Amino acid sequence: MTAMKLLKRAAFWALVAGIVLFSVFPFYYAILTSLETGSGIFTVSYWPDALDLGNYASVMNEGEFPRNFLNSVGVAVAVVIVSLCLAVTAAYALSRVPFRGRGLLLLTVLSVSMFPQIAVLAGLFEMVRYFGLYNTLGSLILSYMIFTLPFTVWVLTTFMRDMPVELEEAAIVDGATPLQIVVKVFLPLLWPALVTTGLLAFIQAWNEFLFALTFVASNDTRTVPVAIALLSGSSGKEVPWGEIMAASVIVTLPLVALVLVFQRRIVAGLTAGGVKG
Amino acid sequence: MTRLTLDKIAKSYGTVEALRDIDLAIEPGEFVVFVGPSGCGKSTLLRVIAGLEEITAGDLNFDGTRVNDLTPAQRGIAMVFQSYALYPHMSVYENMAFGLKLAKTARETVREKVEAAAEMLQLSELLDRLPRQLSGGQRQRVAIGRAIVRDPRVFLFDEPLSNLDAALRVQTRIEIAALHERMAETTMIYVTHDQVEAMTLADRIVVLRDGRVEQVGAPMELYDRPANTFVAQFIGSPAMNLAPARPGPDGLTIPGCAPVPLAASGEGLRLGVRPEALRLAEPGEPVFNEGPATLVEKLGETQLVYFEPEGAETPLIAKLPGALPARRGEVFRLAVDPADLRLFGADGKAMEATPLPQPA
Ligand SMILES: Nc1ncnc2c1ncn2[C@@H]1O[C@H](COP(=O)(O)OP(=O)(O)O)[C@@H](O)[C@H]1O
Ligand SMILES: [Mg+2]
Repeated sequence: MTAMKLLKRAAFWALVAGIVLFSVFPFYYAILTSLETGSGIFTVSYWPDALDLGNYASVMNEGEFPRNFLNSVGVAVAVVIVSLCLAVTAAYALSRVPFRGRGLLLLTVLSVSMFPQIAVLAGLFEMVRYFGLYNTLGSLILSYMIFTLPFTVWVLTTFMRDMPVELEEAAIVDGATPLQIVVKVFLPLLWPALVTTGLLAFIQAWNEFLFALTFVASNDTRTVPVAIALLSGSSGKEVPWGEIMAASVIVTLPLVALVLVFQRRIVAGLTAGGVKG
Repeated sequence: MTRLTLDKIAKSYGTVEALRDIDLAIEPGEFVVFVGPSGCGKSTLLRVIAGLEEITAGDLNFDGTRVNDLTPAQRGIAMVFQSYALYPHMSVYENMAFGLKLAKTARETVREKVEAAAEMLQLSELLDRLPRQLSGGQRQRVAIGRAIVRDPRVFLFDEPLSNLDAALRVQTRIEIAALHERMAETTMIYVTHDQVEAMTLADRIVVLRDGRVEQVGAPMELYDRPANTFVAQFIGSPAMNLAPARPGPDGLTIPGCAPVPLAASGEGLRLGVRPEALRLAEPGEPVFNEGPATLVEKLGETQLVYFEPEGAETPLIAKLPGALPARRGEVFRLAVDPADLRLFGADGKAMEATPLPQPA
């Protein structure tokens, strides 16, 4: 009986270990590679032989990488702020103001996210050119809305729909305008949802590659994913794996930090459907 | 001191007519209760007055000024919601101060008013708590406090007691009555489906059915002189006994009972008698109904005794003193004072019944 129990427990932990290994290994290997230099990269090893930060130094000091990093931060932050502002106001209208065609509009918003990026690339390129945004960060902020807005609007609409109507009516009786209702009553209650959707939007904007490659052509307006892909070694023939991995580790750190900071809120946002008085 | 007049108010949601032709005048400082069965339009009427629902037709006036197009805040109303609707993320203090802050009231004034209201409602100790840290009764008081601090012209309540347990409900009912005494200048409108709440709180009761006003009057007026069978059966518990009545030479007769000396003519008449108007017949007194009890419900100081007179569609219920050792199957002789009988016409409206001229 106890042997059986022990076996079960062992199997359980083996499974856990397997899953952890499976999900962490690529990242671990990237860190490992980023700490190796020269030919050490091409000998397969699973433990660091030496702690050599040379790759990090060269990524940070040579070329435009720090600049690219700041570009990414700027674009991702702007995308999150603009998306959330638009999504909160849209969600209020879509969940609380009855108007004709509301359901159709919601479906349309969702259907935007069904097109693969490549399908809208040409059209977006025309728009970017028309607005004179080509080769600026503005082009990326504009184009990233196409995939951040549908889900932020949808998630926030669902959350707002779950808010008790009487809460809004109490605020109306108290003399609040629609904007005050959104800002002073709904927003504080929507925090978990805002953090969760905001973080997802940030990650998407942070990692986006195709638009960033297409709408921006010069080194100093590039964002990190493209910059990493275009990193070239000293000779031009060899791929600088060490530096690529160092750069990848650097760009992953902000995401890890954000997730850790907002951990609790995210869990609350994913589980809580509404607000109980 | 605000006088409300409702002039032919109607409200429809698409094809659903929730309110029709409501004419009503509410005097300054009056406590009016809207009562009626679920779905009769009480909440809708209250929300129309509040300004939370648009008025489809008719005029709503506060002190003679048309307010149809004003927002709730502009009308100067305050409302206590059924679910309290406290802002979950704000402390008790902030909940009560929210309206004043939005109206850009000076900080000091806000503090004074909130503290005064908290004092009155025994919330002073709880000002820093969040709503979720309060009991149901305390939340209820915060909701009332939030309304008080705004010095409303009209104070509205939508079934404020329905989320409380029975004991707390009675206590809060008394507190609301006391609140009305203290705020004697403020016009109050209270919605409930519970006729006991209506009877105990109201200066005047408005009985609604299917979006129409059935009768308006003081509680005892409605109890004594119901305008129609609906009000007769809605007010009072258990409901008034109603039976089809036939006029004859000896007066009015209802199935299975002795004629009562009332003169009336017409088809489809109905006679109403309150259970508490029936009593045991004294020796020698004319007997109204004689028969075995089919059911006895002991309530303590009273008991409900059911009879099934021959040919009657519904049982006849008598409310008799609780001390009486009544048992099922026991034969009772009941008498009634003709003055306690109510007569209704075929259309359900109350009719005047005159005593039968006594043969000289
Ligand atoms: N928003 C609405 N849309 C459609 N019909 C409604 C709406 N609100 C209320 N009604 C209808 O109006 C009638 C009165 O409702 P209400 O005033 O809530 O009744 P109650 O007397 O129980 O408070 C009901 O028949 C209800 O179905
Ligand atoms: Mg209601």
